[in-house]
Amino acid sequence: MTKDRNSLIAWLQAGPMMLVFSAFFLLPLVFVTIVSAWDYNEYEMLPALSFRGYTDTFEGCIAQLPDLCTILKTYAKTVKLCFLTWAITLTIGFTIAYFLAFHVRSKTWQIVLSLLCTIPFWTSNVIRMVAWVPLLGRNGLVNQGLIDLGLIKVPLEWLLFSEFSVVLAFVHLFTFFMVVPIFNSMIRIDPKLIEAAYDAGATGFQTLVNIIIPLAKPGIVIGSIFVITIVMGDFVTIGVMGGQQIASAGKIIETRLNALQFPAAAANAVILLGITIVIISALTRLVDIRKEL
Amino acid sequence: MTDSVKLDAKVSRRSLLKGAAGIAGLAAGSGAITGFPYVHSAEPKVLRYLGTGVNEGDLIGQQCFKDTGIKIEYISATTDDVTKRVVTQPNSFDVLDTEYFSLKKLVPSGNILGLEAKKIKEFNNITPVFTKGQLPNGKKIGDQGTAPWKVLYLEGANSKNFSKTATDYVTLIPTVYNADTLGIRPDLIKRPITSWAELLNPEFKGKASILNIPSIGIMDAAMVIEATGQHKYADKGNMTKEEIDLTMKIMTEAKKAGQFRAFWKDFNESVNLMASGETVIQSMWSPAVTKVRSMGIPCTFQPLKEGYRSWASGFCISKATTGPKLEWAYEFVNWFLSGWAGGYLNRQGYYSAVLSTAKANMTADEWGYWMEGKAAVGDIKAPDGSLLEKAGAVRDGGSYEDRMGSVACWNAVMDENDYMVRKWNEFIAA
Repeated sequence: MTKDRNSLIAWLQAGPMMLVFSAFFLLPLVFVTIVSAWDYNEYEMLPALSFRGYTDTFEGCIAQLPDLCTILKTYAKTVKLCFLTWAITLTIGFTIAYFLAFHVRSKTWQIVLSLLCTIPFWTSNVIRMVAWVPLLGRNGLVNQGLIDLGLIKVPLEWLLFSEFSVVLAFVHLFTFFMVVPIFNSMIRIDPKLIEAAYDAGATGFQTLVNIIIPLAKPGIVIGSIFVITIVMGDFVTIGVMGGQQIASAGKIIETRLNALQFPAAAANAVILLGITIVIISALTRLVDIRKEL
Repeated sequence: MTDSVKLDAKVSRRSLLKGAAGIAGLAAGSGAITGFPYVHSAEPKVLRYLGTGVNEGDLIGQQCFKDTGIKIEYISATTDDVTKRVVTQPNSFDVLDTEYFSLKKLVPSGNILGLEAKKIKEFNNITPVFTKGQLPNGKKIGDQGTAPWKVLYLEGANSKNFSKTATDYVTLIPTVYNADTLGIRPDLIKRPITSWAELLNPEFKGKASILNIPSIGIMDAAMVIEATGQHKYADKGNMTKEEIDLTMKIMTEAKKAGQFRAFWKDFNESVNLMASGETVIQSMWSPAVTKVRSMGIPCTFQPLKEGYRSWASGFCISKATTGPKLEWAYEFVNWFLSGWAGGYLNRQGYYSAVLSTAKANMTADEWGYWMEGKAAVGDIKAPDGSLLEKAGAVRDGGSYEDRMGSVACWNAVMDENDYMVRKWNEFIAA
């Protein structure tokens, strides 16, 4: 009896979220998938089965071998930017979280310092990106400074509208998404474990590798999921910081939408979703988040 | 029956109380057609105006309200989003401000009303640029691309087909248009620029830009490639697949060689690129050049020997707009062409569709500077009163006849649009 009762309560508790999730996420996703297989013309979708959205997307992928076709090149670039952003935000985010969790003793200071990390979010995304131009541009502060110091003679062109600036903007934006979950995992680590390791003669590095990293893994994976899913689908930051010259999976979808080619856009969205799911499920293979929480 | 009688009585009392002769007159006029307009006529006249922002402005909205009592609610979106909205949500707007090239997508969707030409007071005074493809002085202008006169008329009120000859049903009433060219920084280039070919000149490696809106960007690319003598297009606005391939191949090579500093998509991006000196030569729009100049930075909207790429926009009305709202929409379009708005747009460097009424709303000096290519006698001011040019200045490109007369092509939607968009993605990815 009690078991039945418990499971009923559990269903009731999960119910509202499940409804919202199905109505506003699963259902639209089903529609997108259906539409992705439709045909289209200049101004409307034609509800007839045609995999044109997909076949057009992979056009020339076999014929152009060994050169990569557009879609593969685009994904190679997107995955590369995503990997760089992930690696850098993880390193920086982990370090900040470690500092907050183990070096800052008072709870008040922990909260104050975490809030400081949100400062970049106090202005709009677009303004933040526009602000990079006077800093990194050809006549920007960084180039002027380096020239005045005599370190360079001609302005560095790669500072802006390059992969460098894209990754820089991503790191600036998303490190916070790494800090929070990792910090959250770290403060749950029992201090006695660290003391025990110290007593047993472990060096700081050994403690880090054998105690802290394994126990902070759920936070690392959650942070990684945030960063990877956002970067894989981004087209605004890549567009502005890359000077619209760097392709991304999100950008292709946007261009297709703007040309009113909804089925083609949907097909690209389904492909992007598939690839992102593969990456995320590979990550969750490493750590069973549900078990660790 | 009784209900409607009561309603009529009540409402006509209210409109009597209001005493607004204009409103009552309109109500009486439209009453003959629809039967129950009194209910609405006493309400405030509100029109939902969907557009890209070129024609919008608080000043226009305020003046319109003052003159006609119609309140305009602006819904602003990018060119692409406006088109998307018309196709997917025709009930979400009354008046649509869009460009002629979009009509190839909008008209077949069946969401646009065929406007009755005889209800547009100034229709016969609209510049022959739109109706005949020629200047008021009779000179023919370039017809490549989606030129307005190719898509101006419908075969009938509910037709989805463009008519080659003049009919009583108009797709889009023109309001504003301009001739676009390359913007340059004369202080950084320090030599005359006379051809579109200069955009790919290695001299400007890493300092050039083109706009990343495929349907417009490809036209600029075609102007450049034709200017370099690598290909002569039969119609730049309607390329064959081979022509698209060739165009994108040349542009891709330039991109790989580092010719472009960035591409831009948004008005402000283009201003930033130019003002910061990141680029010295790029596709540009007239008000963006004005903006850079108003920051005290030299920038020229450079006339080029191959001519201009032109665009034109105006008003459509949604098919979902009926009854008194439809009458207000006609009233609004008529007001727009009656001169005040035309003068306002001309003073920003655009051109108005009815020149005679705009002229009556500008000073002789303003008309001379903006339209006749004459040196300004006094200082030239923007509509908001800020200084644009000092006395003695002459407009880039000269007079209306010189600029519009040199139009080579119009913004376009090609038959091979789908293929072109894919190739454009490939270009961006290269």
